[in-house]
Amino acid sequence: MNARVRTREHPGYWAFVVHRISGILLVLFLPFHFWALGQALTGAARLDEFLHWTAHPLAKVAEWGLVVLLAAHFTGGVRLLVLEFLPWREWQRALLATATVVTAGVGLLFLVDVL
Amino acid sequence: MSVRTETLLWLAQRLSAMLLGVFVLVHLVTILYAMHGGLTAQEILSRTQGNIGWAIFYVLFVLAIAVHAPIGLRNVLTEWLHVRGRAADVLLTTLAVILSVWGLRAVWAVFAQ
Repeated sequence: MNARVRTREHPGYWAFVVHRISGILLVLFLPFHFWALGQALTGAARLDEFLHWTAHPLAKVAEWGLVVLLAAHFTGGVRLLVLEFLPWREWQRALLATATVVTAGVGLLFLVDVL
Repeated sequence: MSVRTETLLWLAQRLSAMLLGVFVLVHLVTILYAMHGGLTAQEILSRTQGNIGWAIFYVLFVLAIAVHAPIGLRNVLTEWLHVRGRAADVLLTTLAVILSVWGLRAVWAVFAQ
């Protein structure tokens, strides 16, 4: 087995991939997010018009995806900061599992909210 | 790019990440709270309009993003697409300006209208 394949078997590699992909997708989303909120400049009615469109089930799925991406990038980022800035302790082995559970928890809470 | 610049960018990325850690936590809790029972302009604006505390929070949030996101994207451009140098610098500076201007416009929209 070559070194590259072995690296990909490490959970840390997948944490890196998730962090990077979620970061890229969040950057792509942000201009739209800011634009939508900027609609309030022309009055609450215009913003409501947009929010009405977001009631569509597909928009809800996208919203859920964005919240999960944000939670994943947040928990993965906290994990990185802890690993980089705090002295190594045994409990840090559980960071990746904790990040995954918290992300799943936020995703579930959002689902409960919109359903 | 000099070692000094690389170090400064690394530091800016981490410092902005620490701030964003707090901001995103508050944002996620607000989303989960606000989404409960649907989202309306009235509901958003009643929370943010004229509220200087939220305005300051979102201004700092936007500025931290404008620092954090382009540096993160710079790593992606360098490592995955092998784009670096002047082209990358111009692209990422433009992104920082766009995120700042549009972000601050959005904060103004929900604060002042």
